[in-house]
Amino acid sequence: MANEDIDQPESGVTDSRWHLNRRDFLKLVGGGIVVFFTVGDWLLSPAEAQRGRPYPTDPNAYLRIDKDGKITVFTGKIEMGQGVMTSLAQMAAEELDVALESIHMIMGDTDLCPWDMGTFGSMTTRFFGPALRAAAASARSILLDLAAERLQVSRDKLQVENGVVSVAGNRPRQVSYGQLALGKQIAHQLEGGTQLTPVQDFKVMGKATRRLDALDKVTGQALYAGDIRLPDMLYAKVLRPPAHGAGLTSVDTSAAEKRPGVRVVKDGDLIAVLHRDPEEAAAALQSIKAQYDVPAAEVDNATIFDYLVKVAPPAEQQDVRGDLAAGEKAARWLVKQRYLDGYVAHAPMETHTALVAPENGRLTIWASTQTPFPTQDQIAKVLGMPPEKIRVMTPFVGGGFGGKSAGRQTEEAARLAVLTGKPVQVTWSRAEEFFYDTFRPAAVVDIHSGVDAAGRICLWDYTVYFAGSRGSEQYYDVPNNLVKVRGEWMGGTTSAHPFAVGPWRAPGANTNTFARESQIDIMAARVGVDPLEFRLDNTTDARMLRVLRAAAKRFGWKPAVAPSGRGWGIACGIDAGTYIATMAAVAADKQSGKVQVRRIVCAQDMGIVVNPEGATLQMESCLTMGLGYALSEDIRFQGGRILDENFDTYELPRFSTLPQIETVLVENDELSPQGGGEPAIIGMGAVVANAIFDAIGARPCQLPMTPQRVREAVAKG
Amino acid sequence: MKETISFTLNGRPTRLEVDGGRTLLWVLRTELGLTGTKFGCGEGFCGACTVIIGKEAVRSCQVTMSEVAGKQVMTIEGLAQGGKLHPLQEQFVEHDALQCGYCTPGMILTAYALLLQNPHPSREEIIRGMDDNLCRCGAHKRIVEAIQGASQGK
Repeated sequence: MANEDIDQPESGVTDSRWHLNRRDFLKLVGGGIVVFFTVGDWLLSPAEAQRGRPYPTDPNAYLRIDKDGKITVFTGKIEMGQGVMTSLAQMAAEELDVALESIHMIMGDTDLCPWDMGTFGSMTTRFFGPALRAAAASARSILLDLAAERLQVSRDKLQVENGVVSVAGNRPRQVSYGQLALGKQIAHQLEGGTQLTPVQDFKVMGKATRRLDALDKVTGQALYAGDIRLPDMLYAKVLRPPAHGAGLTSVDTSAAEKRPGVRVVKDGDLIAVLHRDPEEAAAALQSIKAQYDVPAAEVDNATIFDYLVKVAPPAEQQDVRGDLAAGEKAARWLVKQRYLDGYVAHAPMETHTALVAPENGRLTIWASTQTPFPTQDQIAKVLGMPPEKIRVMTPFVGGGFGGKSAGRQTEEAARLAVLTGKPVQVTWSRAEEFFYDTFRPAAVVDIHSGVDAAGRICLWDYTVYFAGSRGSEQYYDVPNNLVKVRGEWMGGTTSAHPFAVGPWRAPGANTNTFARESQIDIMAARVGVDPLEFRLDNTTDARMLRVLRAAAKRFGWKPAVAPSGRGWGIACGIDAGTYIATMAAVAADKQSGKVQVRRIVCAQDMGIVVNPEGATLQMESCLTMGLGYALSEDIRFQGGRILDENFDTYELPRFSTLPQIETVLVENDELSPQGGGEPAIIGMGAVVANAIFDAIGARPCQLPMTPQRVREAVAKG
Repeated sequence: MKETISFTLNGRPTRLEVDGGRTLLWVLRTELGLTGTKFGCGEGFCGACTVIIGKEAVRSCQVTMSEVAGKQVMTIEGLAQGGKLHPLQEQFVEHDALQCGYCTPGMILTAYALLLQNPHPSREEIIRGMDDNLCRCGAHKRIVEAIQGASQGK
């Protein structure tokens, strides 16, 4: 983030691909002790290795110990609220035996940080974390060797406290990390086999730690891309079509050109107005007269689901077990149900923003992005420039949730900066943010399932259209099982959606969990068994049983067959290696259809917990945000026209939506840290649906469960 | 049209030659370099741009410079006094009442005005008072707790 304290290289020898020899590398980062490593070497299990595969095998991140003892961690990851600035610093501090305060984080700067694919998929802690810990442990080991030499004792007689190495039993014989690093130029490539600090010895990790960025954020000092100011910078507004797929037929910019200080740029498909005052640029944009050919709308909110089923690509089969016909035959109860889920926006409070400054054939970019390195490549390709002439820096990002991976705003600012020769800032309006968002895709799930006379699920025939496979994996013990995935969340077929779709916090898992866990409850009610008991009876997955029991204990769950009138619901699931079980109490009104969630309890097993405070925050965040897609968020559209343009019609969860929230971290120190930023959101659709059914005996099978849909479910009976 | 507008900003007399029709939000963010006041929706729906005028929490995207003339304006940069955080800021840090931090200045200043009017609000009064400020990260629970903390003088 802040880069003022980095020694800048004297000559511009920056190869951002990191094909550097060690001498260049040290020249770039200054002296001291530098450890670099490759994330790919440090994957913990074959399953994780598979998910982490996109990491390259180049040296991939590093840390530096300065002569003043300051430790700097360089990472291509970015901070968008998920708290990794703090948790990564904790990991480095733990392994180095230093105070958290002595760690400085440099994040998302393509000149200073080695390549990284981006910050998404709850992967920072899982995949980057172990490598960073190993690098820090390795640095500590180098420092101990140096100290042993300096203090003339063997390594095993040394102890470390707060970055000071001393001789055990003779504390005054000591030397600090800074003194050891002074005058040294050591570059060390991590090779594996490094011993990490065991959980029981944790001093920094595992302790509730407040965010390192909190002070800057409560005083207004934290800088986001839109807060960067440069001399002579211009603010740009770009002409937008009224609908996706619309073609410009005529444009008249003469009125805009007459406005003082306005610069109009027309470059192929890019028509923009620029001014030193962003509001004047916006006013100039309004004065442009443009006409478009808008294709007739083929789909809208109501018809999209049938359309998706019609155009879905062939199924990818997963979890194939037993024989569906045999399962159907064995069933005493059969349940067939379709579930629908609409398009949902990311709607970060900070809209997409970028500032691009051209200078001497190079571009410096400040972007609100989850993917600084891919953005660098994207801009290089668009402008036909070598990537090493482009530096992308990532200040604080004002929310991402998967929506800040595409770099359209940066592309626009970069093209305009090159065309005008001035620094250009593009900040999307809220309407532009809704228009160009890569929505969570609408999706359909069909489930045909059966339960035998003993109350065991004997059939599971599951088809998901366009939500993808994440979260569709079966963890109930079903002998006759088939999961058919028709279309991944990126779209499957390019023409399926009338606009862009993309990853949204726990992509696909929200839809799949809503469908599966609703179906489980329908079966439990049909059989006449308490929904918790039905789940416990139908899975032997030890982690799932533990989170279910932990949630039930905190919630005070008492068995009853739904609908009990209490308005209690339950849902569970697995995401990013983490297990969750959520319980909710709701009040639902049959007449108005209004639902108020009163209380949520969520139990989560995420392996080793690096920062319990951060993990709890992320769980609360997921549970609160998830109330939106469960109850109110639904993009309205007609063909390529997006009808929601601001928060007056697109309803986010508010303070008045907020239930009492309780979280439980289920201890599991046997397992390396798993994902934390996404898992707890996946159960929110189902837990609320199941609680509504328990309250009023009516079940909405379409998200969001708006008052109208609840009333419709009541009318259906 | 440019006019001379005088007002008090974070306790300091301020005089600007500026078009009276410009919004306070963008004048703060550009002319005055006070970027703690955030642009979120531009139409007064989200509260990210909230500042204090007099004793009221106001959406600065909905206020013109002409309307600011002669008024006392406080932004998030003016809340801490003499290097000491305001109790609300302390409590937001203490409770981890933020994530991406983008809505935070508006949240704190809305809460500031709420506590001026009602120094000891109930949980329900806090929820009602904050309901038009949006947070996408879902920090609501912590924000309520932070405001409760500040109101109890913790």
